[in-house]
Amino acid sequence: MNKKQKRMLLRILLSAALLLAAVLLPLSNFPFLRLAVFLIPYGVIGWDVLWRAIRNIAHGQVFDENFLMALATVGAFFTGEFPEAVFVMLFYQVGELFQSCAVDKSRKSISQLMDIRPDYANVERDGQLVQADPEDVAVGDVIVIKPGERIPLDGVVLEGSSTINTSALTGESLPRDAAAGSDVISGCVNLTGLLRVQVTKAFEESTVARILDLVENSSSKKAKAEHFITKFARIYTPVVVVAAVLLALLLPFFIHVPWTESVHRALIFLVISCPCALVISVPLSFFGGIGGASRQGILVKGGNYLEALANTETVVFDKTGTLTQGVFNVTAIHPDQCSERQLLELAALAESYSDHPISRSLREAWGMELDRNRVSDVEERSGKGVCAQVDGVPVWVGNGKLMDEIGVTWHPCHKVGTTVHVASQGTYLGHIVISDQVKPDAAQAIKDLKAAGVSRTVMLTGDTAAVGEAVAAELGLDEVHAQLLPADKVDQVEALLKEKSSKGTLAFVGDGINDAPVLSRADVGIAMGALGSDAAIEAADVVLMDDKPSKIAVAIRIARRTRRIVLQNIVFALAVKLLVLFLGAAGDATMWAAVFADVGVSVIAILNATRALKIK
Amino acid sequence: MKKRYKMVDLDCANCAAKMEDAIRKIDGVNDVSVSFLAQKLTIDADESRLDDIMAQVVKTCKRVEPDCTIVL
Repeated sequence: MNKKQKRMLLRILLSAALLLAAVLLPLSNFPFLRLAVFLIPYGVIGWDVLWRAIRNIAHGQVFDENFLMALATVGAFFTGEFPEAVFVMLFYQVGELFQSCAVDKSRKSISQLMDIRPDYANVERDGQLVQADPEDVAVGDVIVIKPGERIPLDGVVLEGSSTINTSALTGESLPRDAAAGSDVISGCVNLTGLLRVQVTKAFEESTVARILDLVENSSSKKAKAEHFITKFARIYTPVVVVAAVLLALLLPFFIHVPWTESVHRALIFLVISCPCALVISVPLSFFGGIGGASRQGILVKGGNYLEALANTETVVFDKTGTLTQGVFNVTAIHPDQCSERQLLELAALAESYSDHPISRSLREAWGMELDRNRVSDVEERSGKGVCAQVDGVPVWVGNGKLMDEIGVTWHPCHKVGTTVHVASQGTYLGHIVISDQVKPDAAQAIKDLKAAGVSRTVMLTGDTAAVGEAVAAELGLDEVHAQLLPADKVDQVEALLKEKSSKGTLAFVGDGINDAPVLSRADVGIAMGALGSDAAIEAADVVLMDDKPSKIAVAIRIARRTRRIVLQNIVFALAVKLLVLFLGAAGDATMWAAVFADVGVSVIAILNATRALKIK
Repeated sequence: MKKRYKMVDLDCANCAAKMEDAIRKIDGVNDVSVSFLAQKLTIDADESRLDDIMAQVVKTCKRVEPDCTIVL
């Protein structure tokens, strides 16, 4: 509790004690003295509300909650309900206090989630280590990060090796390794060793500043539900107030009640006329949902995107880098004439001078140092492969076309991927298959999406149909469109957008590098593997900090849960308010019920909204 | 141009909504968002007249919620 809240608590306690005393005093025979005694606790608890009511009326704010509360309680004094008048005001202030504490608390827990802002950086200046504000560190400066410290700025490691905890950014608990030459990202925590890092980005450009900016900005992009509520609030209050006036004036003409009774019923209306419960709890739920998602390494750029995610019907994936690792690996070695080792060694040696991705993956699969002296007379055949002398023996490594050219009989492989054939001295030795590997959690990700109610999963790829279909079958995707150019992907997404139902949304998931147009065309653009990629953070609506496709289903679950909480709050608050309005008009509701329908409902709705923060 | 300001003592969510409505009507303001939760005002307004617009924004906020101040 802050100072203001503590002072309010004191006023509440004092006023409650005075009210109790006033109720217990035997003053029923002295009406004016009794009024005076009740006015003391009323003044203690309500002076600021009265003052604000008068001041705001002067500013032209008619349907201000202070004014309504003041009117209701003063009215209650006039109809002779002294204890009720004081109690309504008292309970209103208790509710307001509770509300302000609850909102503070959820604000704090969200900022704790986002507690990734580094406090200082240890900068090397003239051979000395100086503590500086990260904002004052320039690009090119060398900083030192000790074990246990937060990395203040993005940079590249010059010296030292350590493990780094990225969980504050990615939600991933497995630490990453960092050694000389590797990039480190601000906001992560250095765990084990001392690191000397050269800064590559100024603070405002660094990952941590971008993420904080994004999360803080997210409350400015409002969901439809929020717009609905603000619009509703604008109409609700005037309507209820007008109804109250009509009730007070006209009721005695229709049924046999005295004026005091009709005014009393009108006052009940006034107490319920504030739409606070809705106006606070709806944005708070979205705020909580966004905060909870960011703890999982899922950054959502606004309540509107969270809402759209909840309605996801179609999910479109890019293949390379999204469902697959985007790294080519040797996945099969099929020798005809020699051992697997011999075949791989021969291929790696023949390709040892080439920088082609396939050559690189062959060398990586071999894994040991290659003696290039064993290789001579290397000749690259563009689009086909290479031919070289290995240990003085001619070796051909390449695709089927190369084999045809040298007149060797070869056979295709049943495995999908890029097949590299090897021949030597006119004999076919066998082949090696190189392919992009599917991410370990990709199949689970698709299953989770299906379980979450996504009806259509589509993969778009620039790769060949055979490769695309193999991946789609392995992962259980519904559809695959292969051999697409970047522009074709936009057309495909356009077509899919037309096919989905009007209520559902389409999410596109890509790595954010080449697919900015598609990301912006989809209802929700999701970029993954964004840790360190500025382009992805810019282009997407939802950013997955790590590169796990399984996080998409998590994001959808969070969005659905948030939507459910929002809906519960709207329905609950409106139902209670309408019920009490109805009972109030009929004369069956007391002032107490009215206060509950106002602040009580607010508090319950806020407590419910804070659930959105907690993610299972 | 988009700018962000911190708000102090913005104590009621409904007031934030009212402020937002009133500020949007100011000439030269393209878009505005008052976040009760973040206690922040995000405004997209004509840069050449920013000082003038902000003076009106401050006045508007004072009218809706006199206790709340914008940190310029």
